[in-house]
Amino acid sequence: MMNTTAMTLAERYGARDWRDQRADLASVTVDPRSARDALAWLRDFGEYKHLSFATAIDNIERNVFTLTYTLRNQERGHSLMLHCDIDRDKPVMDSIHLLWGQAWTYQREMKEWFGIDFPGSPRVDEEFVLEGWAGPPMMRRDFDSLAYSDATYVERPGRTTNDPAAYMKEKLYPEATE
Amino acid sequence: MKREKTHIIPPAERAFPDLSSGKYLVMWQGPQHPGITGNMSLRLIAEGDTVVDCETHVGYLHRGFEKLMERRLWMQNFPLVCRIAVPEPDFNEYCYATAIEELAGIRIPDKAIWLRTFSLELMRLASFLMWIGGQAGAFGHGTIAQWSVTMRDYVLDLFEELTGGRIYHMYIIPGGVRSDVPQGFFQHVLEVLKIVEKNLDDIELVMFHNAIYKLRAEGLGYIPKEWIDQYGITGPNARAAGVPRDLRKDLGYLAYPKLDFKVILGTKSDAYERSRLRLLEMYQSINLLRQIIDAMPKEGIFKEKLPNPLHWKIPAGETYVAAECTRGEYGFYVVSDGSDKPRRVTVRGPSYTHAISVMERLARGTNIADIAGLMVSLHTYPPEIER
Amino acid sequence: MSDRKIKPAPLANEGLPPEERGLFCDAAPREYAPAQKVIEDFYNWARSQSLWVLGFGTGCGAIELRPLMTSRFDMYRFGIQPRPTPRQSSVFVIGGYASVKTLKRIVRSYEQMMGPKFVLALGSCTINGGMYWDSYNTIKRIDQYIPVDVYIAGCMPRPEALLSGFMELKRIIREGKAEGQNEYARNFDWYKANQKSVIKDWNMPDYNW
Repeated sequence: MMNTTAMTLAERYGARDWRDQRADLASVTVDPRSARDALAWLRDFGEYKHLSFATAIDNIERNVFTLTYTLRNQERGHSLMLHCDIDRDKPVMDSIHLLWGQAWTYQREMKEWFGIDFPGSPRVDEEFVLEGWAGPPMMRRDFDSLAYSDATYVERPGRTTNDPAAYMKEKLYPEATE
Repeated sequence: MKREKTHIIPPAERAFPDLSSGKYLVMWQGPQHPGITGNMSLRLIAEGDTVVDCETHVGYLHRGFEKLMERRLWMQNFPLVCRIAVPEPDFNEYCYATAIEELAGIRIPDKAIWLRTFSLELMRLASFLMWIGGQAGAFGHGTIAQWSVTMRDYVLDLFEELTGGRIYHMYIIPGGVRSDVPQGFFQHVLEVLKIVEKNLDDIELVMFHNAIYKLRAEGLGYIPKEWIDQYGITGPNARAAGVPRDLRKDLGYLAYPKLDFKVILGTKSDAYERSRLRLLEMYQSINLLRQIIDAMPKEGIFKEKLPNPLHWKIPAGETYVAAECTRGEYGFYVVSDGSDKPRRVTVRGPSYTHAISVMERLARGTNIADIAGLMVSLHTYPPEIER
Repeated sequence: MSDRKIKPAPLANEGLPPEERGLFCDAAPREYAPAQKVIEDFYNWARSQSLWVLGFGTGCGAIELRPLMTSRFDMYRFGIQPRPTPRQSSVFVIGGYASVKTLKRIVRSYEQMMGPKFVLALGSCTINGGMYWDSYNTIKRIDQYIPVDVYIAGCMPRPEALLSGFMELKRIIREGKAEGQNEYARNFDWYKANQKSVIKDWNMPDYNW
């Protein structure tokens, strides 16, 4: 049953790298241009009616954002993670807000946190969890949260660090630093 | 293949009434409000007594968990992970620990499976007890909160005896659980369960046969069956509509396949039926806890030995682990790239859909006074929306 | 020329659109000198026995306020009651961390409270940032933004710890040392500068009275 899904996805939408993570969880990768059609087909004909979540991973080494849509087939008890890679310099993706009623919220979050645009998605340009945020999209790997926090928020003096690596280098192996 | 009638769902349609006409009042049921579960705000536009439009605003509790988790070692994330869904922390620990075990290929001993199931069911009971106080309080029935939060305190005492912490336990770690059951613990648990069950009978009598509660809660926030898949509604909100979705049965994780319980279903999902269903699930939790205590293995190790957590590298991979918490499907999506820190961790909380999309749709046409009751009947916890 | 003739300059209220500036308060808060000793002692005793808490659960710590209000730990017997609006409350319990969005509402609620008002800061996040010390959205010291009277350490503090914090607050009030409100009025510009440096979209009056 899962194999027919895999075969149909590969045939119709060019899906590749089907991998079974567990008996009830699999993952597959498609091209971003056919991702929306693949999701619509999975929902209408593949019985994967429930969208668990949609999120993005910042693969800065490969200069892509990997989007993940996780769907669930209640009848057969199987979940499928659909991945697609979009360009990190110009991140735009088709919106799926017409397929599921909660998708617009996930897209709004991805726009604020990663900078991925979903043209046409309702309220996608509004702020979601941050207010008056002037910095870059904060879930990107090149945004340093500690540096921003030290620069913006005043600290109470008297805090010492107990970093194990620094302690070991200093106390136990001082000759190694020379 | 059968196709449903309403297939293309429109996005959350907003009404944009003419605010300068003097007919409408814009109000914020904002973060500083006793009628909101947690810290979220609703911007309501009301015409007379009825709400015409509702816009949700979240983000008051945003701490940037997903970014913080990428900066800490795998083991250092456990104190953080607890605090994502504040009133119900054990599910976070379970999902995160199971995801790590799956990626690292660790198998946990039998006793640990039973102790984890015990901890999760006890957490469900505590969370429902807190919720039912809020639900009755939203309609003005303050007595129930006094009883149920006290009962929850007895359950938190049990947690303190087992794990050392009242609210945040950090009990479930990769490889098993952190400590074994103390002497005489299960005796205490059975006594407390007896007291809680008797109190639930009182609550049922006082709350569900109360004329005011019935009048106000029946028909409030009706969720039709078609919305369940269109909006991704899970948990008691879906089961009250008659859709049998229970991850404890569907996924069969931990010791649930060995326990004897039925999925409780309702006939229509309005506030009254949902609260009734949750009451029945409380009884079910008590029953399950008694079964777990009977079937728990008496001997055995409770934890597998783990490698040095300061230098622990998890092999690359990704996984999604879900559990049935009191509100619905709660899941952790963990991606590892082979280093000693997580690459990406996303939390899928049920309140994401319930509190934003579903609430905006249900609030239209409701009386202003009932908005608080409607919000609580969906059982949402804002911290897991914005993490 | 006595000081009474010189009025302080009105506040700029630049965050508001020009047509609304006349609708909001434009005077900075002022200090209140204590009355005669015996009367002030009586007032302080009365204030300490009737602490009405604002119902605003700002962070994780608010979850231990529910057990405090119900029959097991019962704070009613100490004269402590939750109230729904800032106009009716005198104690603001900051329950844990404060994100920037919440900080704006904390400032607004604190300024709208009637005096004399006191602040109780729960948890280690208010002291030095707690476990969110490297987060881009949580502040590290709440007393940079509003004056704090009592800190209660813990993560999170048990209801018994909260009660002992309230006892400490009562003791401080009775001794006449709970001067948070006067401190805020005295150092108003400093507090306001700190708040504005963190809260980037300031669309409310400078003093939310």
